[in-house]
Amino acid sequence: MTAIEPSPSPSPPAGAGGEGGRSGREPALSPGQVRGGASAAGQAISVRGLRMSYGSYEAVRGIDFEVAHGEILAFLGPNGAGKTTTTEILEGFRRRTAGEVSVLGADPGRGGADWRGRIGVVLQTSAPERLLTVRECLSMYAGYYQRPLPVDRVLDLTGLQGKTDSRCDQLSGGQQRRLDVALALIGDPELIFLDEPTTGFDPSARHMAWDVVRGLRDLGKTVFLTTHFMDEAENLADRIIILAAGRIVAEGTPETIGGRQAVASVITFTMPQGMTAGSLPPLPVPVTVARGDRAEITAPEPMPVLYAISSWAMQYSLAIPDISVQRPTLEDIYLRLTEDHA
Amino acid sequence: MSTAALVIHQARYDLRVFFRDPRARAATLLVPVVMLVFFGAVFRHTSFTFGGTTVSGNDYYLSRMIVLGVTSAALSNMIITLVAERESGALKRRRATPVRPIALIGGDVITCEVSTITIAIVLWLIGWLAFGVHVPGAGLAAILLALVVGTAALCSLAYAITPLLKSVDSTGPVLTIVTIVLGIISGLYAPDSVFPAWLRDAALFLPLRPLALALQAAVSPATNHGHTFAWDYLGIVAAWGVAACLVAVWKFTWSPTRQ
Repeated sequence: MTAIEPSPSPSPPAGAGGEGGRSGREPALSPGQVRGGASAAGQAISVRGLRMSYGSYEAVRGIDFEVAHGEILAFLGPNGAGKTTTTEILEGFRRRTAGEVSVLGADPGRGGADWRGRIGVVLQTSAPERLLTVRECLSMYAGYYQRPLPVDRVLDLTGLQGKTDSRCDQLSGGQQRRLDVALALIGDPELIFLDEPTTGFDPSARHMAWDVVRGLRDLGKTVFLTTHFMDEAENLADRIIILAAGRIVAEGTPETIGGRQAVASVITFTMPQGMTAGSLPPLPVPVTVARGDRAEITAPEPMPVLYAISSWAMQYSLAIPDISVQRPTLEDIYLRLTEDHA
Repeated sequence: MSTAALVIHQARYDLRVFFRDPRARAATLLVPVVMLVFFGAVFRHTSFTFGGTTVSGNDYYLSRMIVLGVTSAALSNMIITLVAERESGALKRRRATPVRPIALIGGDVITCEVSTITIAIVLWLIGWLAFGVHVPGAGLAAILLALVVGTAALCSLAYAITPLLKSVDSTGPVLTIVTIVLGIISGLYAPDSVFPAWLRDAALFLPLRPLALALQAAVSPATNHGHTFAWDYLGIVAAWGVAACLVAVWKFTWSPTRQ
């Protein structure tokens, strides 16, 4: 029993503002913003040995993770990895086969109305209440909660001020998604589930949606974000969990997940006029020159290589205007980690 | 908010949606009105006799068209709305809030009650002003009671039937066929005086014919041994409501069926 109870952890996990977290990424919790004293001491979400089977098919095969209060966690994985099943168990929509789950201090399978009032859910697919106006829709939902936020405040937070009297079915896709977030926010939840919030958005709508999520961080909300987009996870998340075939295959900050910080960088540049591979100074790693003049160096430790090349270029007054150092993208890491399960 | 206040809160918004929806208005109000005008004009000087009772064409069709309106609003429109809201995720989203199901269901029932009473008032006015149907004072109370019971029962039936319908696309055609067949054998269109007695007796145990007979008794008590309130018929309708309610509790789901 004691082994599976979520224990209050004195220090936040990596990425929640501690070491490895990026500057400006600290959770903006302030006293009084988190309701519910009991769970404020522990983690917002704690999962131990979670399993879920559909007949003989095991969709989730024993996963453990925690989400700290005020943290934005991105939950990634290919289709069929078990993301939706896990999310629905956390939201209290689905029963589990085995394991311990605590969301805001309660078992989501038994969470009552008070517990529901402390979480907000933005579903993957949900059409608006098409014949109500934005304000009516928010007022209707506000009535479901004991202590809702003022409708105008939520309209401000989600950038829907100019659309209050528009009918929901006249909103653009991006505006409808903002309304979804607004409906999840109206009850002033501590924890918000965002299930693929920007799927089908154009780039500008996605960036506006990201601003809304960053606004949630500033309010001190905990966000559980499911997404297919690596740039979304990279831009928003304090920490990332990658799920594949029902198991967690990697967990870490966007910078370090899957050993990303240790994976070799690729340095590329165009060889200066008249130079060949043999003209370069001695380097700790091999160089390939493609298409006659395109040099590519894969360097686990890029600094000595850059130092050697820049000294050489300065010494001979050579211009190398297009030199670039490419870090592996989160997508590269993700594809490597999930390639066996895709 | 108390549960009662929450039901009223929900009903306010559901009613706005209902009266803003042109499809709901046309299907529930326009069709019975057009049919009452048509049948009233055709059968205004005709009487139907069956089982030792005689009823005038106007009395017959006023009660039947009210049943048609109740069926359209509380059964067909309710089912279409529920299937669409379930499949779009709207029901699931509401259930993701602390709101209790009783408030959501209560809002639906009140919306249906208000709309069926509105339809009945319009039909009664047409019957009275255009075809001279005179409903006694007690009859109006009996119509109101039959509307409240019948609407609640059909709403309950809508919640019980919705789990059988998996997609929005198939719901319309299936409902059209089922409600037309049910309407025909319940005597909503052709007078059931021409039906064999066994069919009339069988239809008495379906929800629509007893509701029609209860309304007919309210309009013309002579067809019910002089009794304005037809408790036996209302009992059958209420029994359908209770049975459907049990099925709904067992089978109704709030999440989309396609996953």
